[in-house]
Amino acid sequence: MVMVSSSNFLDLDLDKQKKIKLGLDLQGGSYLLLELDNEPVIKQKLQSKLLEIKDYFKKNKIKILSLKLDDKLIKLKVSKDDVEKISEIFSDKESTINPYYFQYKAHQLDVKINGDVFNLELSKYGIILIKNASLDQAIEIVRKRVDEVGTNEPNILKRGNDRILLELPGLDNPDRIKSLLGKTADLAFRLESKSSNESFGTEKLKLIETGEELLLSKRVIISGDNLVDASPRMDSLNNQTVVSFTLDRVGSKRFAQATKRNIGTRLAIVLDGQIISAPVIRDVIAGGSGQISGGFTFQSATDLALLLRSGALPAPLNIIEERTVGPDLGQDSINAGILSLIIGFLLVIGFMTLKYRIFGIIANFTLIINLILLISILTLLEATLTLPGIAGIILTVGMAVDANVLIFERIKEETSKEKNNLIAFDNGYSKSKITILDANITTIIAAIILFIFGSGPVKGFSITLCVGILTTLFSVFFIARLLTSIYVKINKNKEIIIK
Amino acid sequence: MKKDYKFNQYYKSLNVFSIALILLSLIFLIFKGLNYGVDFKGGTLIEIRVETEKPDIEVLRSSFNKMNLGKISIKNFGSDNDFVVKFKRDELNDPEFIENLQRNLSQELTQDFSFRRVENVGPKVSSELLKAGVTAICLSLMAMLIYIWIRFEWQFSVGAIAALFHDVIITLGIFSALSLEINLSIVAAVLTIVGYSMNDTVVIYDRVRENLKKYSDIKIFDLTNLSINETLSRTIITSSTTLLALLSIFFFGGEILKGFSLAMILGVILGTYSSIFIANPLLVFFKVSQKTVLKEDN
Repeated sequence: MVMVSSSNFLDLDLDKQKKIKLGLDLQGGSYLLLELDNEPVIKQKLQSKLLEIKDYFKKNKIKILSLKLDDKLIKLKVSKDDVEKISEIFSDKESTINPYYFQYKAHQLDVKINGDVFNLELSKYGIILIKNASLDQAIEIVRKRVDEVGTNEPNILKRGNDRILLELPGLDNPDRIKSLLGKTADLAFRLESKSSNESFGTEKLKLIETGEELLLSKRVIISGDNLVDASPRMDSLNNQTVVSFTLDRVGSKRFAQATKRNIGTRLAIVLDGQIISAPVIRDVIAGGSGQISGGFTFQSATDLALLLRSGALPAPLNIIEERTVGPDLGQDSINAGILSLIIGFLLVIGFMTLKYRIFGIIANFTLIINLILLISILTLLEATLTLPGIAGIILTVGMAVDANVLIFERIKEETSKEKNNLIAFDNGYSKSKITILDANITTIIAAIILFIFGSGPVKGFSITLCVGILTTLFSVFFIARLLTSIYVKINKNKEIIIK
Repeated sequence: MKKDYKFNQYYKSLNVFSIALILLSLIFLIFKGLNYGVDFKGGTLIEIRVETEKPDIEVLRSSFNKMNLGKISIKNFGSDNDFVVKFKRDELNDPEFIENLQRNLSQELTQDFSFRRVENVGPKVSSELLKAGVTAICLSLMAMLIYIWIRFEWQFSVGAIAALFHDVIITLGIFSALSLEINLSIVAAVLTIVGYSMNDTVVIYDRVRENLKKYSDIKIFDLTNLSINETLSRTIITSSTTLLALLSIFFFGGEILKGFSLAMILGVILGTYSSIFIANPLLVFFKVSQKTVLKEDN
């Protein structure tokens, strides 16, 4: 144990040994909480569900009178004779159109029947599953983007159904990461449309650079998924920075076909709903590679390439909480924390020695063992030490003597009644045991509740407080008891005075 | 040395005093309210260090006022060179916001400066944090109530919880009266106060129960006094060492822990006081007797 805790102070750089991790408030760094805006994902899911239902009914030769999406409600109207049959289809546990999730004991869709109209809505678990899938995907993309920037040991964690917690130690300016995570990077190559009554539908989008509006077909020729690589490059012809890309097999084929058929048409490169550039197709592009120009600086081209390589986020990410601590503030906090720990420790030790003399020294020795144990256990648990965590250690120092004091006071009372020192000593311990347990359990309850509800650095406080109480109980009932019993045995016939 | 202070003589007058303090605290809490930090109110906090001797807070204030950030608050933070700027901002997604702010500020200020800490908390997160904080405090009070109920009789449980409410309300009342900031670490402090105050009360209650079983002829009014005296040195020593540790955090632990340690110091003083002068008179009020605790053993 002593070895473990000393490893913290002696070999801070040895990777093999376990050590206490410093929280972001002590080592400096950025903490970001991101929330996935799943609305578009859910809308999309409902759109595709609509098509799925249409196909399914067509295949099973059931007539649909009307089928439409009303906000988040699918309204399906059928002939009266089919109502029973369809209701069975939707509630069938083997149903493919309304899958049943055995782990949640629920269907994907909640079905309400109103005469001959079926109102279909995503169930609670249907939504959770969509959110989970999109969160898993988003975490993958976030990890790729963060790794590409090359920060030191990032920590990426799932929080609930739609949040991602990102801890970036040592990063004192998270702006670049924030701007990379703020983009969905949904890339699509689409053709300009001549008329607005095309079968796929059309929409007007703006060209970023000129503000010019183009009418584009909704048909996506190739999307970001078809990209296998992207990198920034200097175009030697016109000295522009461009992003060159390579397509996968499917993408290359489709790209070649589309360019072959549409020579003379403008090809729009759409990123997150805006057109980056829209060159006129002059020739067939068959090699499966190409380049995007759009008045990039080298930095913006690098970022775009990075975003394209890492893939598109399933939905936009919003930053809902951000905390950044600079490295020098972290160091100042460490220094202040250690200084106050040392001073607090010396004050308590001095006080106890003055008050209890020899028993005070026993209590102090116990306190030192207690601290070593506390730090060892925190190390073994690989707990994160935060500034409030250090405060928790100092508080443990102040409160740990309580148990010893309770026992000493009890022994003092017992020695005034009982002549035999050994019996008085034993009584002192046994009578104060329940009180000590009662008193400490209350603090543990408070600390556990804090652990459950607390966030960030405050969690660190509850951990040290909890572990501190356990090590206190251990050191008092084993170490201090051993020491006092040795002392009492040696002086068993003398009068023991506890001041 | 046998201590025999007459604590019970002061039960009545100090109870009146405590009730007055609680009422005053409630008035402050209701009419003035708490000064929530960005954790609970949402918004942006920036800690700035200006690298010059005696920087002028007014210069900094006017530079920030030029940036159209709405209502801003600037305060000195610990040393003369450190300042904390706070303002509301609902949109956290602009990744260049801080960079732009830094650039604008460097055009306004002639001195070198650095951002030591930046905290942005969105409205959704801040309301969640507030809810979690309130839930945690309520839950801890309830857990204590249940624990004491299991370990003691209901009269003790009510007495202990009354003492806890007393400590929590007055601590928060003082924070409201002095406009001190309430943030996440204050919630941690309040929870720790709950644990500590309970701890203190339990020690005395344990002794009361023991004495109730031992003496059938002493009235509860005097019996509580006896129990307080018997546990007095422990009460004083533990409060002293805890206060010493807390004072060390308050004076040397840096500005970030100031509010936390202040709340804890208040809580320890109040907790010690309430376990003597609130928790015990309530046992007298409920006419607790030997019968009350002996019933428990059957």
